[in-house]
Formats: sequence, structure tokens, C-alpha cells
Amino acid sequence: MVPLTWYLVVAAILFSIGVFGVLARRNAVAILMGIELMLNAVNINLVAFWRYLQPDKMVGQAFAAFVFVVAAAEAAVGLALIISVYRNRSTVDVENIDWLKW
Amino acid sequence: MNVINDPFTWLAGQLVNWLSTFMPANGVSITMAVLRAASLGIFALVMFMVMTWIERKGVARIQNRIGPNLAGPWGIFQPLADGVKALTKEDITPDHADRIVYNIAPILSAVAAMIVFAAIPFGPGLIGADINIGILYILAVSGLGVLAILMAGWSSNNKYALLGAFRVVAQLVSYEVPLVLSIVAPVMLAGSLSLVTIVEKQPVWFILVLPASAVIVMLSGMAEVGRSPFDLLDAESEIIAGHHIEYSGMKFALFFLAEYVHAFGVSCIVTALFLGGWRGPDIAGVTVPWLWFFIKAVLLFNIMVWARGTLPRLRIDQLMAFNWKFLVPLSLASLIVVPLADRLAQGMGLTQGSWPWALVMLAFNVAMILWAFALVSAAGRRARMAAQVPAEVTAAESHDESGYGEEHGLAHGADAGHAPAAAGAH
Amino acid sequence: MTTLQVMFILISLITLGGGLYTVIAKNLMHSALGLILSLAGVACLYGLLEASFLAGAQVLIYIGAIAILIIFAVMLTRGVMGSFPRVNDQWSYAIIVSLALLAVLLVTLFRFNWPQGAPAAVPADSIARLGRALVDPGQYALPFEMASVLLVAALIGSIYVARDKK
Repeated sequence: MVPLTWYLVVAAILFSIGVFGVLARRNAVAILMGIELMLNAVNINLVAFWRYLQPDKMVGQAFAAFVFVVAAAEAAVGLALIISVYRNRSTVDVENIDWLKW
Repeated sequence: MNVINDPFTWLAGQLVNWLSTFMPANGVSITMAVLRAASLGIFALVMFMVMTWIERKGVARIQNRIGPNLAGPWGIFQPLADGVKALTKEDITPDHADRIVYNIAPILSAVAAMIVFAAIPFGPGLIGADINIGILYILAVSGLGVLAILMAGWSSNNKYALLGAFRVVAQLVSYEVPLVLSIVAPVMLAGSLSLVTIVEKQPVWFILVLPASAVIVMLSGMAEVGRSPFDLLDAESEIIAGHHIEYSGMKFALFFLAEYVHAFGVSCIVTALFLGGWRGPDIAGVTVPWLWFFIKAVLLFNIMVWARGTLPRLRIDQLMAFNWKFLVPLSLASLIVVPLADRLAQGMGLTQGSWPWALVMLAFNVAMILWAFALVSAAGRRARMAAQVPAEVTAAESHDESGYGEEHGLAHGADAGHAPAAAGAH
Repeated sequence: MTTLQVMFILISLITLGGGLYTVIAKNLMHSALGLILSLAGVACLYGLLEASFLAGAQVLIYIGAIAILIIFAVMLTRGVMGSFPRVNDQWSYAIIVSLALLAVLLVTLFRFNWPQGAPAAVPADSIARLGRALVDPGQYALPFEMASVLLVAALIGSIYVARDKK
């Protein structure tokens, strides 16, 4: 039997890898990939809590399903925005997408 | 259970007895598990050979020719000859191609097609793994096949391969929508995602209860595999060969294998979902469920071959229009009609799975199909009317600039009927 | 070390390795493939946690749709000019921040008194229960409807934002 803390440790490490991806990468699509890693880490946490603490109630699984939905919607809109920016300025380097700065 | 009824379980029993004589219990179970998985894989590959033979002979006969007949009687060794040819061809890797992705793509495609067979019930106890999310697992691994095509198109470092891969993925992802929506209908009636339960709940086959969903799943399945008339993906005359233009030898054979194994997988899925799976009458007093499943799956594959030989290819915009404007609204409508009819029939006191219930559901479904066709034909008539009116106007106004008609007394446009009389009068 | 624990360690190594490769790969396409490996590992973890419906949904949604969308975006935004470096100027601070975050998370979760002992069994009809919970007005019907409104908004929004304005 795998202890609960092992799952939580894996989720925490995956989350920090995602944080590094978001903070350090320059390509906008790579930043989105880091966000997806973070959302998956959160989902692992939710499902592990569901399994170990309350397997008879469906809160954990329903919550994880809603996180799926939100991640899909956010990936779609984010990638549409990136493609639109690329069409207008021919770059997806977030260091150069700073026209709103003063 | 005897040999004819269930030869596979009998064989497994004999093997376990033989292995137990010299192996500990753990070793026996591990060996049996490996053998089960290997036999499913080998079954998929053997069926691939049979399916290619059926396809080539069937399409040839439809096109009024003979098909392969040199490699053995009726050409039954032709698939073996094809395999040997594929193995001996030179394996070219294009310049600047991404090696790892280029090599993984055909393997992933073939694997995604083959692992579908793990969740399909071939008989009452004859299933690779009785998981409780059977049909969801099958849909999920079909998505892996889509990914493999994208990897193939990108790693070939060839813009035609990339364009072909884009179009293919657009088609496959679009046709997943009516596939999933229509698979929900038998799942709703059976109350479970597991294919074993769905087959058990079919004393009346679901094709008689849900004809619309059956046809939509069959069509979407054919589009998912990329067979005619939806085979824009590998149309030789259109985009050379699409995403596998740069593959040769065994890697191309793996893509080819993936397509046919996936087509047979789709036939097996439709058999289990709609044609009652392994249900069938006894032959000479012996129940042979596995034989009935096999017969139904091969029959469905023959229908696919028939469609390929007969129907012309659809263009990509016709494909998409057919999907989004016809299949998706029809599957959404059937999602509303099916549970409504089911509750109505149960409210009238009919039990699920009985023939009166099936007749009520069939009536609702047929009404929905007729209404859908009436809508489509009305829209078609409107489009034809709109296309005809400007044609009459332009014919009356047109005149020939070369003067040919004037010399020979031919009148303008719609007055052509009077011209011979006028010419004859002079 | 039971078989289950060995399997868990192998799957987590694949998941974390894929995730690490996603954030440090030079080629963006290889990043995407690392992400797919990580997502597949997470699906296997759901399988180990006996959340079978979520495992199937993870492969179907994430790998079958979101990963393909990301690969499309990678292919459509490949620059014709030379590529820029992978990481920006503050990558060392990013490493420090993520390690600090990891430390905080690990300290918090190891200090908490988690309930020990084997977990209760998952009910046999958990998928049916999940389905009922999602449409039960007393449970999660409202978030379900809002999720569908969110999806419609995302659909319309992304089509509008990404269309070709000729």
C-alpha cells in the first residue's frame, strides 16, 4: 500500500517543476506547458485526497473533473492568443512582447 | 465447457496444468499473463493479414478485376509476400529529420491500434482485461493514434507531410465528436461503460433499438481510421501520400498495419456495442460465441470494403460540412430522443431488453431519422432552387460575341426553339 | 517494498522526468513530447489511485486534445528568424524560487498528521455515483452547468481571437 505522503510529494515536485517552467522560459507556448504541469500536479493532489480520505463521496473526483475542464478551456484560449500575437508581431518571445510597458 | 464451445479457455487450462508441473504459482500466473497479452497481439496481426487479403480481393471484384492470385491459391499468401517486401526495402531516413520522433511515430501508431483489443469481449469470459471503463479506454487509445500521425508529419521535415498531417488531425479530431456522442447512447441504455455489461444487456441487439447511433458510430469510425470515402489522408492522387510520404520499408508497413488493425478494431467495437457481440444461436447444438463475434466483425469489415470500392472520395470541406452540419446535430438529437423514448417505454410498463420496448425505441429513432432527412432534403431543394434562378436569367441575357450564332440563324438563349423554323423559312 | 510501491516509484520517475524534460528541452517539440510523457504518467497514477474514469478522461482530454493543440501551436508559431534562447535572464532566481516553494510544500505536508492505516475501499459503482453527483441539484449540478458555459465561452473566444482577419 502506497502511503498518502508519497503521492503528495510527487505532486509537490511536479508543481515546482511547473513553476520553474513558467518563470524561466521565454517561449510563450513553453510557459503554457508549465501551467499544464501545475494543473496536473493539483489534480494528483485532489485525487489522492479523495482516495485516501473520502472514497465514498465524489467530491474529489468531481473537483478533478472540473479542473480538467478549466485546463482545457485555458489552454484553448491561451494558444489562440499566442497564435494571434504571432500573426501580428511574428514573435512568441515573451521578453519582446512588452508593448504595454511604460 | 468443452473444446468447441470455448477453445481458448480450454487451451489456457491445459497450459496452466502443464506449467504447474515445473513452475511455482507466481511464475505460472506471470507466464499466463504474458501469453494472454502476446496472443491478443498475434491475433491482431493475423487478422491484419486476413483483412488486407479481403480488402484487395473485395475491391478488385467490385472493380471487375481479379486481384492478387499469384502468391498461393486465390492469393492467400499475398500478405506474407507484402511483409517480406516491406522488410527487404531500403530504410531511408530523410535529412534533418528528428530521429527519435521519426522512429517512434509508426510504433506508436501500430501500438495504439493494437491495444484496443484488450478491452473487447470475444466471448462470455473471453476478454483481455475486464476494466469498468471499457469504452472510455478504447476512445482514449484512439486519441493516441492521432498523436502518432502528428508526430510522423512533423518529424519528416517535409512541408507536404506537415500539411497532410494537419488535415488528417483536423479530420480525426472533428470526427471524434459524433463518435463519442453516439457511443453515449448504448452506454446510457446499458448503464455502464464496460463492454461486457453492454453485450450482456443485448437480448435485443442495439442496432434494432438505436439504428441512428449505430450508423453514426460506423461512419465516424470509418472516418477515424481514414478509410474511403474519408480517406483524404492517404489519397495518392491528392497530397502524394500525406503524412507518411517519407516513410519506406518496415516503417511504412507499420502505418499500413495500424490502419487495417484499427479498421478491424472499429468493426469489433461496433459489433460489441450494437450487434450483440458474441450473441448468436447454437450451431448444431453447440454454443460458439467466439465464432459469432468473429462472423459479425468480419461482416462489418466487408461493409467497409464495400464502401471503399463503391463510393468516391469526399473533399476536405465536404468532410467537415458532413460532420459538423449533419452528424453532430443528429447525434445530439439522438442523445435527447433516446433517453426520452427509454423512459416513455419504461413508463408504459415495458421492461428493458424486451421486444415491445425495442419496437417503441425503434419507432422513435426512425421518426428522428426521417425528420433529419426531411430537413436535409428541404435544405437541398432550397439550395437547388437558389442555384437555378440566376442560371435562367443569365441564359436570357447572354449573347455570343463570336457571331457564330448570328450567321447560322441561331437565336439568343431561350428562343432556340424558334430558330430552325425561322431558318427554314428563308 | 511491495509490487505496488515499486510500480508507483517507476511511474512517478517517468512523470517527473517527463516534466523536467518539458522545462529544459532545447527543441520545443521535444518539450511537447516530454509533456505528453508526463501526462501519460499522471494517467497511470490515477489508475493506481483507482480513479478509473479520471484516468480514461485524462488520456482522452489531455493527450488526445490539449497536447495536440499545443503541438499545433508549436508548429504554427515556429519563427523564420533564428530561435531565441530557452531561458530568460532570471532563470537562476526562478530555480531558487521553485526550490523554495518545494521546500515549503514538503515541510508543510510532512509536518501534518495524515490519517494512517489502509484507506477504505472504493465503492464498486463509483463511476455511476460520479455521474449522479454531477447532475444532482443538491450536489454538483451548478458547477457542471457553469463548466459547460465556460467551455462555450472558451470555444467562441478562441475561434474569434485566432481567426484570420483578411
